[in-house]
Amino acid sequence: MEQLYYEDVTIGSEITPLVKQPTTRQLVMWAGAVGDYLPIHYDKDFARSRGLSGVIVHGQLVGAFLGQLMTDWIGEKGILKKLSCSYKGMNYPGEVLTFRGKVTKKYVEDGQRYVECSLWAENSKGEKTASGMAIVILHSRG
Amino acid sequence: MAEGSLDIDRLRSKLGAEWEPRSYQIEREMIRRFARAIGDPNSLWQDGVIAPPTFILAIGFEQFVDEVMSLASFGTVLMGGTELEFYHPIRLDDVITVSFKLTSLRERQGKMGKMAFMTFDSTYKSQGQELVAKCRQMVIGY
Repeated sequence: MEQLYYEDVTIGSEITPLVKQPTTRQLVMWAGAVGDYLPIHYDKDFARSRGLSGVIVHGQLVGAFLGQLMTDWIGEKGILKKLSCSYKGMNYPGEVLTFRGKVTKKYVEDGQRYVECSLWAENSKGEKTASGMAIVILHSRG
Repeated sequence: MAEGSLDIDRLRSKLGAEWEPRSYQIEREMIRRFARAIGDPNSLWQDGVIAPPTFILAIGFEQFVDEVMSLASFGTVLMGGTELEFYHPIRLDDVITVSFKLTSLRERQGKMGKMAFMTFDSTYKSQGQELVAKCRQMVIGY
């Protein structure tokens, strides 16, 4: 894994995108890993009875993908301080989701080097189904 | 569940009250299963010693969902958003104590009947009473 440093980042820099295609199997794995057994994530008929068009991807799995986007990008020495995500649209298993982000701010405070990013998830139709932000601490090359 | 039968008053009576904290011992396989569920190959968590930051989503979530569902006999809940703040990484054998609090509530009429928009704030503390993370979750129940 490559190490990202504070000097490598400028406002507007793009975060290396992360592509996922969650399958129903992955939803089951996530359900087991976090203990989320809500049937809207595995029972199509139940999901429809709740007004959904089918089984949906767990919002928090989308949040965790954004977490991976960030930890992949910042490397071993980077520290993720904040991550927020708002789920704007439904994601369905089988869809290709691309997780993206851009640097919006960088500053030094109390000797720490902070970088803020805006993040989003988009499906293959180009719809933003989630958006959020992250704050990370990076080391200096110096 | 009949439309519009949500017991919002009962839910409102829970506003501001902290739920009884629960503690969880972090096992190696919990961390590894979580990383596999995301499909995150980062070498930092492969041996199950350091957890990905978003691992806090897995801690106590099953009990959280059960309690939220029972607050007002919801048919299901959907996650509307997640905000995470990280202070210390979670490691193998940590004992993490989680407490949840319902901090805001509003209701709205939706196509499926009454919907409750809830905000829950939770804190995660280590065995040494150190704050390791905070989480805010926007949850929609209907």
